[in-house]
Amino acid sequence: MEWIQQFFNGISLGSIYALIALGYTMVYGIIKLINFAHGDVFMIGAFTGFFAISVLNLSFLPALLLAMIVCAILGVTIERIAYKRLRNSTRIAALITAIGVSLLIEYIFIYFRGAQPEAYPEVLAKETYNIFGAKISSQSVLILCVTVILMILLQFIVHRSKIGKAMRAVAYDQDAAKLMGINVDNTISITFAIGSALAGAAGVIFGIYYTKIDPLMGIIPGLKAFIAAVLGGIGIIPGAMVGGFLLGIVETVVSASGFSLWRDAAAFIILILILIFRPSGIFGKNAKEKV
Amino acid sequence: MKMINRFWKFMLLAIIIYTIIQLLITTEVFNLFYTNTLITIAINIILAVSLHLVIGITGQFSIGHAGFLAVGAYISAIVTMKLALPFPLALFAAGVIAAVAGLIVGIPTLRLRGDYLAIATLGFAEIIRIIFLNIDYVGGAAGMVVSRTTNWTISYICLLITLIVIINFTNSRHGRACVAIRENEIAADAMGINTTYYKVVAFVIGSFFAGIAGGLYAHNFYIIQPASFGFLKSFDILIFVVLGGLGSLSGAVLSAILLTIVSTFLQDYAETRMIIYSLILILVMLYRPQGLMGTREITDFFTSRKKNALKGGENL
Repeated sequence: MEWIQQFFNGISLGSIYALIALGYTMVYGIIKLINFAHGDVFMIGAFTGFFAISVLNLSFLPALLLAMIVCAILGVTIERIAYKRLRNSTRIAALITAIGVSLLIEYIFIYFRGAQPEAYPEVLAKETYNIFGAKISSQSVLILCVTVILMILLQFIVHRSKIGKAMRAVAYDQDAAKLMGINVDNTISITFAIGSALAGAAGVIFGIYYTKIDPLMGIIPGLKAFIAAVLGGIGIIPGAMVGGFLLGIVETVVSASGFSLWRDAAAFIILILILIFRPSGIFGKNAKEKV
Repeated sequence: MKMINRFWKFMLLAIIIYTIIQLLITTEVFNLFYTNTLITIAINIILAVSLHLVIGITGQFSIGHAGFLAVGAYISAIVTMKLALPFPLALFAAGVIAAVAGLIVGIPTLRLRGDYLAIATLGFAEIIRIIFLNIDYVGGAAGMVVSRTTNWTISYICLLITLIVIINFTNSRHGRACVAIRENEIAADAMGINTTYYKVVAFVIGSFFAGIAGGLYAHNFYIIQPASFGFLKSFDILIFVVLGGLGSLSGAVLSAILLTIVSTFLQDYAETRMIIYSLILILVMLYRPQGLMGTREITDFFTSRKKNALKGGENL
């Protein structure tokens, strides 16, 4: 029964990774940029949720929505200010800028607020269900529900709506999309908005599940989510979801087997193995490089 | 003949600089604080130049340099503190083991390109850090106490060796091959350059000197902890190379000196320092992506333009 328990813990952790990984993978799919600042958008989301719950006295869903809106605005702002000019520069320049933006957000936040951690208020009633002898808290069920709903919503936006069609077109071929009358700039901004909103939601969920947040909390989950995105095949949306859940389960299993200090190393070893043996990820197709 | 001439000019300049600074230290014009800053500058220059070889010359974007710094720091600390062997030997051992680590990391990862390489090196640096965190022999998270042995003379000698080796490597046949890889890997491959071999060689040399810097670093701070070799340390080294200009050795040296001085003065304001660093990084990338010096060297400003045109691409 121990293992069913660990499996559910893994799913809860994995759903957080999956939500962050979606933002990574969407942004990478459309402008081929590893948005390092994504982990910090996640952090801002967690703090917005904290603020909404403890100061504005909102309940869970309004707080989640507020965090998503704030993060969407932040994501678009970052894109407009920093990344838009770099669209035609080298990949390395874009990557360095992304690292810079990430650190800038972290340390400006610390500068104005201080680095001390914050305990998340309890907004959800805590009940435990007994399923096959494993104790599942109501929180993790709710987290899973929210994640699945957001993912279905995302699938709907990407595959059924006009803006989703535009996003897929821009990701496929930016110039051709422009010739077809698609506003590439706006489409990229909307991609950032959606990805950042998902990261914001993940931030609130993280806060509720782990109850402790601090200004540097975004770094490690951000990197892990990136690993999840690479694992599933970067640029592929279902890949990010599967990669996130898989990574969450692997990490929980490693911790549960008594190697909790090696948990972070496990994720990076997965990353390196996948990069060496199957760089396009589980769902990716191999692309030949043209000169 | 001309090369020999340049070498002796370089040595003469080096000796003059050393004598002046040593004089200032012995006459106590420079107090302990300034001497310390000088040692930190020397260590940072070694780090900047070793990363410059990997990023600036070979064009392989590695953001895990702190991992090799950690290897060097721990190995040298083990050699002096646990095995009680002399410090210069410890430095050499640090360099060699870091180079071996570079080889182990480099062979699989250097097949990757661009973003993937960056993330893989970052991952390896984290793995190295976590390994040290989990070894009780070196103190785990609490770290390891190291006696302070680094002085100005030994750090200056290490700095000189680093500069000489890397300048000569860059100007050699191998260095040209690396530059060719930076400019266009596929074209270099088509010209018959063994790209994997040269990428790994540059990476291993870079790791070797990062290891030596690690040895100096460990013996300069009384204590080493896995926490001080995290991503932020890699970022600190990266910014030297990026600000100086990707591909300019003197640029890397200048920005290492400049930023070390800046961060020494901002020591008590860690957040301000990080805000300034990240702003520098963003602004440089947005408005001057080639860095302060581009691919030029400081010596280019002293030679006449005609001579430069004659030399062609020789002074890359």
